[in-house]
Amino acid sequence: MSHRRLHCAGLALAALAALAGLTGCTTVQPWERGNLADATMRPDRDPLQASMTEHIYFSREASSGGRGVGGGGCGCN
Amino acid sequence: MKHPVRSLLPAILGLALLAAAPAARAADTLAAGQPFPVLKDFALEGTLPELAGAKVVIVDFWASWCAPCKASFPVYDQLQKDFGAKGVHIIAVNVDQNDKQMVAFLKKQPVSFSVVRDAQSKLVAQVKVPTMPTSFVIDAKGIVRFVHTGFHGDETRKRYVEEINQLLQEAP
Repeated sequence: MSHRRLHCAGLALAALAALAGLTGCTTVQPWERGNLADATMRPDRDPLQASMTEHIYFSREASSGGRGVGGGGCGCN
Repeated sequence: MKHPVRSLLPAILGLALLAAAPAARAADTLAAGQPFPVLKDFALEGTLPELAGAKVVIVDFWASWCAPCKASFPVYDQLQKDFGAKGVHIIAVNVDQNDKQMVAFLKKQPVSFSVVRDAQSKLVAQVKVPTMPTSFVIDAKGIVRFVHTGFHGDETRKRYVEEINQLLQEAP
């Protein structure tokens, strides 16, 4: 690979890295999770609803799981 | 002829910055061996106990939305009653955004130890607790000796008793 291409690749990588830092993502500190800890923020607050939703997703999309993300809950202990 | 490493320098710097950010955050957490910040400097709501002459101080960060925090209160209450006369002070620092939640919880669970509120979240941000609850066991010189992340029932209570006894023996 020529030096010019290498330099361009390096600049592109640096630009990507900088953009990643400028995204709207933020870190919620452990002591700021009061709103996330609210019962309405729990994806499993209603077991029957959760079971029905899981069944629907499986039936319509042949997919299951993947519900452990989202960041709800108090994050305690 | 351009040096290949120089061509990649912007990328290397960018990646190094990204990689360093989490490490920098983790390094800020107050650890054993470091001095605990002076509580009077943080405009905490509530009344701080007189700590001059205290042999052991336990500072616990808690919130009304944190179930393990609330579970730890009866343990702290008993520890305060058992060791208070020996120079042990327990201070629970609340980090609720709304003091009504704190007051409502304390009405249901009155305690014998001091409770203050870090309304501006300056103390908790400086200490950088890694999880809720987190408590710091501080010796007579104001140095953090033990850090408890989370509350795990009787196991945590036993560790507190051992640590308090150890520090009481060391204290002048």
